[in-house]
Amino acid sequence: MSNLFARREQSRSVERHNSPRHPWLAGPYIFWAAGFIVLPLVLVFYYGLSGPDGTFTLANLAAIAQPIFRNALGQSLLISFGTTAICLVLAYPLAYILSKNRSRSGAFIIILIVLPMWINFLLRILAVQMLIANNGIINMILGHLGLAQMRLINTRAAIFLGTAYDYFPFMVLPIYNAMCKIDHDIIEAAHDLGANALTTFRRIIVPLSLPGVISGIIMVFIPSISEFAIADILGGSRILLFGNVIEQEFNMSNDWHTGSGLSLILMVFIIISMIVMHRVDKDGEGQIIW
Amino acid sequence: MKRKSLLIFALCASLIFGLAACGGSGGSGGGSRGENGSITVFNYGDYIDRDLISQFENQYGITVNYEEYVAPEDMYTKYTSGAIDYDVIITSDYMVEKLMSEDQLLPIDTSGMEYIDNIGDRYWEFCRAFDPENSYAVPYLWGTVGIIYNTSMVDEDVNSWSILWDEDYANSIIMENSVRDAFIAPLRLQGDSINTTDEAELRAACDRLVEQYPLVYAYQVDETRDSMISGEAALGMIYSGDATVAIEGNPDLAYTIPREGSNVWIDCAVIPASATNVEGAQQFIDFLCSYDAAMANFEYIYYGTPNEAILDDLDEEVLADTTIFPTDEMLENCEVFRYLGSEADALYTDLWQIVKTSN
Repeated sequence: MSNLFARREQSRSVERHNSPRHPWLAGPYIFWAAGFIVLPLVLVFYYGLSGPDGTFTLANLAAIAQPIFRNALGQSLLISFGTTAICLVLAYPLAYILSKNRSRSGAFIIILIVLPMWINFLLRILAVQMLIANNGIINMILGHLGLAQMRLINTRAAIFLGTAYDYFPFMVLPIYNAMCKIDHDIIEAAHDLGANALTTFRRIIVPLSLPGVISGIIMVFIPSISEFAIADILGGSRILLFGNVIEQEFNMSNDWHTGSGLSLILMVFIIISMIVMHRVDKDGEGQIIW
Repeated sequence: MKRKSLLIFALCASLIFGLAACGGSGGSGGGSRGENGSITVFNYGDYIDRDLISQFENQYGITVNYEEYVAPEDMYTKYTSGAIDYDVIITSDYMVEKLMSEDQLLPIDTSGMEYIDNIGDRYWEFCRAFDPENSYAVPYLWGTVGIIYNTSMVDEDVNSWSILWDEDYANSIIMENSVRDAFIAPLRLQGDSINTTDEAELRAACDRLVEQYPLVYAYQVDETRDSMISGEAALGMIYSGDATVAIEGNPDLAYTIPREGSNVWIDCAVIPASATNVEGAQQFIDFLCSYDAAMANFEYIYYGTPNEAILDDLDEEVLADTTIFPTDEMLENCEVFRYLGSEADALYTDLWQIVKTSN
C-alpha cells in the first residue's frame, strides 16, 4: 500500500514542478479549444434554447416527448448499455488473465488488442459489413457446411457486434492497467492470512481494479450512446439511433433548433453518467482519461 | 468489388487529406486561384467525370473548388448555412423550384453561351414545369426511378411496385433512403400523384411503407448499385443511371419502370444568389454543355443526356437501351417532382421518421 501512495505522491510533485512555469505554452490549445469546443457548445446551447424567431423556448427540449425521438433515445440507450455490458463481460476475464501472464505471449495478445485501433474505425466497420453480409464470408461458410443462411446484416445484433468490436479495446486496456498496478504483496498477504482464491479475487482484485472498470465503462458507454455511423453501415439505416435522428434534424429537416435541443438532451445523459461515475470512483483514477 | 475497394481507398484518402481539403475548399476565401479567379461547384456525389474539372481549369484559367453532397436536402442545409459561397449548384428539379421560390437563384444569361444550343428543345420544355421562363436552370442529366432486380433470384416478370411488398423477397428488398423517392412506390400503387400534399393519401402511403419495413434489407442510396452487383439483395429501388452501371457489372440484373408510373427527373445547373463569380459560373455551365464534356460525362455516369449533339455519335446499342433512354410509352405515367412547400415538406419528413422508427 505504502508503495502505491509513494508513487502517487511522486507523480504529484512532478506535476507541481511542471505546471505553472510556462502558461503561454497552452496558448495554441486554448485557441483550438475556444474555436472548436467552446464556440460550438455555445452555438448548440443558443440553438437548442431558442425558437426559429430567436426567442427563448424550451420547446426543443420538450421535443423528446415525441414518440419518434423517445423511441430513438430508447434504441440508443439499449445499444450503449448492451455494448457496455458485452464489453465488460468479455474484457474483465481477459484483462485478469493477461495481468497474471506477463510473459511474451501476454504482451503479444495486448498488441493484438491494440493493433486494430491503429486502423480507422470506419474501415473496420466496413470489413465487418463484408463478413456478415447476406452473401458475406460467414454465410458463405455456413452455406458450404450445408447450414441455413443467417440474417446478420442490418439487424440490431449487427449494430451490437459493430459497437462492441469497435469499443472493446477501450474496455480491456484500462482494466488491464488497473490490474497490473495491483501490488503483488497485497495478494500474497491475503493468502498468508488465509484467504482462498475466491475471497482474494472478491476482496482484493475486484475492488482494486474498480477504477479501471469505471474508466472502461465511461469510455465505452459515452461514445456508444451518441453512435450513428455504425448504425448506418451495419444497420442499413433500418434502425434509427438518437445520433441518426439528430443528424436528420440538421441535414434533412434543416431544423437546427430541434437538432440542438436533442443534442442537449444527449448531453444531459452524458453528464449524468459522468456524475455517477465520479461518485462511484472516489479515487478519481477513472478521470485521468478525461 | 472494384468499386468497394475504390470506396475504401477514397475513405482513407479523405481521412488523411480531410483537414487539408477543408482548408482549401473555403470558397472565395480559399487558397490558390486561377488567373481568372475561382468558382465553387456543389454537385451530387460521383456525378461528373472528374477529368472535366482540370480540363475546365486549364481551358478557362479558373480554379474550381469542387464539393459533393448525397441528398438534395443535405445540399439545401449546407447552402443555406451560408458558410460557403457556391457559384454553381447542380441539383434536382424540385429543389431548383424550392430555391427559386425563395429567391435564391440568379437568372442565367444563356445568350453569350457557345454550347447552349446543344441542349435539346425537349429538355427545355421539360424544365418549364418548374422554371416557366427557362431563365434559372440549365439541364444537366435526366433519368427515371425504377426497380432493379436480379433475374437469378426473381423468376417472375417485374412490372409493378407491388413486388416490393412481396414476402417471398423478405430481407432482399432495398428501398431508397431519400424521402420523396421512397414515397413514389406506395403513392403510385394507390394511384395518387407523387406530388400529393393530401394528408390522408400520404398517411395511407406511410402505412404501406411501415407494412413494408420488416421485408426491407436496407434503406440506401448510392450503395444500392454495389449491393445489387454483389447479389446481396434481389430487388431494389434505384435511379436509372445507377441501374445501367449495375447491369454492366452484373448481367443478371435488369431494370424496369413499373406500369403504375414513377418519377422522371431532371438535374440542372443553377447559379445561387451567393455566387461571387457569376461570369465564371456561366462559363462552367457553358462548358458542361459542350460536346466533349457531355460525352465524357455520359460515358462516365450513363444517365440520359439532354445534349443532343452527342446523340449521333452514340452506339445504336446504347441508344436502344431503355434504361438510359426510356420510350415515351414508358414515361407515360411518370411525373416530375414539384416543390410542395415547407408545410408539406415537414409532413413528409415526419412520416418518413415514422417509417424509419417502426421497428
